[in-house]
Amino acid sequence: MNNGKNIGLYVHVPFCLSKCPYCDFYSVKYGNEAAKLYKSAVIRNISHYKSKFDTVYFGGGTPILLWKEICEILEKADIESSAEITVEANPCLANEEIFKALLKAGVNRISFGVQSLNDNELKSLGRRHSSFTAINAIELAHACGFGNISADIMLGTEDQTAASVTDTLKGLASLPLTHISAYMLKIEENTPYAKTRLKLPDEDEVCEIYLNTVAFLEAKGLNQYEISNFAREGYACAHNIKYWNCEEYLGIGPASHSFYKGERFFVKRDINAFCESEIQKTELEEKHPASAEEYAMLRLRLCDGLNLKEYEKRGGNAKKMTENIKKLPRKLVFLKDGNVLLTSEGFLLSNTVIGRLLGY
Amino acid sequence: MELGSYPENIRNFCIIAHIDHGKSTLADRILELTKTVAHRDMEEQLLDNMELERERGITIKARAVRLSYKAKDGIDYTFNLIDTPGHVDFNYEVSRSLNACEGAILIVDASQGIEAQTLANTYLAIEQDLEVVPVINKIDLPSARPDEAKEEIESVIGIPADDAPCISAKMGINIEAVLEQIVKCVPHPKGDKEAKLKALIFDSYYDAYKGVIVHIRVKEGTVRLGNKIRMMATGAEFLVMEIGYMGATGLIAAEELRAGEVGYIAASIKSIGDTKVGDTVTLADDPAEEPLAGYRNVNPMVFSGIYPADGSKYGDLRDALEKLRLNDASLSFDPETSIALGFGFRCGFLGLLHMDIIQERLEREYNLDLITTAPSVVYRITKTNGEIMLIDNPTNYPDTAEIQLAEEPMVCTHIFSPSEFVGSIMELCQDRRGVFKDMKYLDEKRVDIHYELPLNEIVYDFFDALKSRSRGYASYDYEIVGFAPSKLVKLDILLNGDVVDALSFIVHTDKAYPRARRITEKLKENIPRQLFEVPIQAAIGGKIIARETIKALRKDVLAKCYGGDITRKKKLLEKQKEGKKRMRQLGTVSVPQEAFMAVLKLDE
Repeated sequence: MNNGKNIGLYVHVPFCLSKCPYCDFYSVKYGNEAAKLYKSAVIRNISHYKSKFDTVYFGGGTPILLWKEICEILEKADIESSAEITVEANPCLANEEIFKALLKAGVNRISFGVQSLNDNELKSLGRRHSSFTAINAIELAHACGFGNISADIMLGTEDQTAASVTDTLKGLASLPLTHISAYMLKIEENTPYAKTRLKLPDEDEVCEIYLNTVAFLEAKGLNQYEISNFAREGYACAHNIKYWNCEEYLGIGPASHSFYKGERFFVKRDINAFCESEIQKTELEEKHPASAEEYAMLRLRLCDGLNLKEYEKRGGNAKKMTENIKKLPRKLVFLKDGNVLLTSEGFLLSNTVIGRLLGY
Repeated sequence: MELGSYPENIRNFCIIAHIDHGKSTLADRILELTKTVAHRDMEEQLLDNMELERERGITIKARAVRLSYKAKDGIDYTFNLIDTPGHVDFNYEVSRSLNACEGAILIVDASQGIEAQTLANTYLAIEQDLEVVPVINKIDLPSARPDEAKEEIESVIGIPADDAPCISAKMGINIEAVLEQIVKCVPHPKGDKEAKLKALIFDSYYDAYKGVIVHIRVKEGTVRLGNKIRMMATGAEFLVMEIGYMGATGLIAAEELRAGEVGYIAASIKSIGDTKVGDTVTLADDPAEEPLAGYRNVNPMVFSGIYPADGSKYGDLRDALEKLRLNDASLSFDPETSIALGFGFRCGFLGLLHMDIIQERLEREYNLDLITTAPSVVYRITKTNGEIMLIDNPTNYPDTAEIQLAEEPMVCTHIFSPSEFVGSIMELCQDRRGVFKDMKYLDEKRVDIHYELPLNEIVYDFFDALKSRSRGYASYDYEIVGFAPSKLVKLDILLNGDVVDALSFIVHTDKAYPRARRITEKLKENIPRQLFEVPIQAAIGGKIIARETIKALRKDVLAKCYGGDITRKKKLLEKQKEGKKRMRQLGTVSVPQEAFMAVLKLDE
């Protein structure tokens, strides 16, 4: 079915206990009945698509709320034995029973939404947990047997300083983590944050914080492999790398996106419509996926960069791109062994830089 | 309609009015009343048939129409109503249109009184010996003060207005009185139909089938179908293929036009340049000895570079300009190249309104997206070697060391305003390097302020400034009076160290500093941050007189590309792609079109 290619599975779990004021991902309030209906719909869809998956990612929302349902779903899905299976988790919902059940069902990677280890910052982000809860959750997951644990943190949040971020990073470095995602806060329209007056660090400070973070984590053996992602050797997220490599993945659930059997499509942000349909209704978003441009746009987010030969193979004009590199400052982008690489400062300007490389 | 056979029964007249005082409405009512146009065919404001004219409520080109009116004395009269452009830019064309008439209806708004433009055109009419027939319009308005308006006409213009008809063109009140007044007051044309042909060209336009259609007023002699005619100023000769007069909805062919009559000629004329307004048409085989007086070659006074926003539309822009020139001999354009803007045209206009109209027509009728450079006037430079140059493009301005004398065009300006704004208007004129001439009270409330000003100071935004200082009440009119010596400098703008030719301009020394500061600030506001720091400098010769810096962009990143949703990233890229089309690459700096436009609109 998949021509020997490996296919990833992304399941969007759109349930949360409460909504964080900065978040614009699709989620609804958690309910027992709704969770059951949702689970059945996911299982129906998985059997419909009949694919074998080598990475699985439960994102959300707060997927761990549905830990029981996740275990059932994993039972029904056709998954390679060596597959990376990730569940996103909230530090508030950490207990032995949940972790053990997930491990038993095959989950081998857990990703905590830590955001910060500074309690004032956590409060201003509207998070329910404290730094203490977060540290305990990670340690417990490790004790239960998770060998691959990731933490998400946010950069550039209210009242944050370079020093407070360093404290968070120091704290994380002493925990049994294999992976860290560090996202710069972006104020999204239609979120409560967009309507709030926030004391955010200015642009220069955020850049400072980001560059510090990159340097600090590298020194601790957590190497940057993508704009916002850092991992110990061998622990880069295999599922996420598929996105940046233009490889295929199937998305299931409302608000999920897919690149599947040569097409990019998505499912509307509507939990009821999803549960009520036998098979999720999809809408085409791109007729010509994996074009040279798309490939370059995604690959250039990675520290490994864009291989010009591969770019050319997909129809890109390598010569032109090489010329465009020369027009840009060396401290932002450079060419090495046939690969186009962005520096950390280049990542900070990646929208403009990638556009320029493509001739815009 | 019967051709008026006796010149005694012909009345040739025009209408003079300020914008919005009801000229087109009165013309419409006259057409209706004389049944020239059936009511059902009436299109509001029939004479102004260009879309832009209707919107702006102004007449750009002259039009003419023949009507027939059975007066109370029982005689059938032939009226030729010649519509004139109402704006100072078209002063010369106005004077030629007036010259085709024996009388002028002067419309005065019963609530607003006389305005500057009305006065200027009325004086022109009086100069041409026209009989001015005052009419008080808009008497239906509650604020109408017809008696005061009449008094004003008598005291300001000095013509009797006692029996001026009080009308409402809008409501159709008392229109017949206007027609009777025309019969009574406007003299019939004189002229000998047996004399040698002398016909005045007062308008022309291009017709795709017939070539140029020339509107003429026959002053002496007769012109017939098949005659070989000669344009006395250009020397061009043509065979009359069609002759006739203008009905309200189309041309009506005839055999001949005789002294006193108004009509048209079609003679397979390909270029409107051969039919200059004001020229005299005579017979090639039996020519008049002297042309009619008053012809002059009109020279453009205001110049601006016009460039297509999208460089590939250069050919379209050229075609559009050529088409516009078919109907507008006063528009001039020559190809020009700018390092910043690419290929475009240096265009010459009669004045600011003319420039505005052309730009707007190019954008609207020809769907072109344009970048225009700051308007410039023509400077006269005497070089140290004695050579005299006329400079209409700052790029060609010679080096200071080579200049012996720099001169700029001056205008004589009359500003009409309620007296309470005099102080602030004088301040404005003073600030614009004006020289006060005198000031007259038109009545207790209104004044005529007379200044001599450099044209360079009014081409920019004088009208807007005047309006804002007088809460919209002041009006003005100007006339070019010649060149005067001036202390001029060329100001260059540098981006990242490189001169941007399209942003250079010539300015008076005293204005150089504030202007330089304003422009650098504006550019800083309008140029997005780049990947590196960009200095913006203003310089005279090699000397930097103002500087701003655009800080380098530091952060432009989509941190999260989550769950395989790459649509956001794609949209960003699309936006960049679109944005690039609106950007000009000047060396290493990307400059949006808006930046060029913004420096044209420097607020006070």
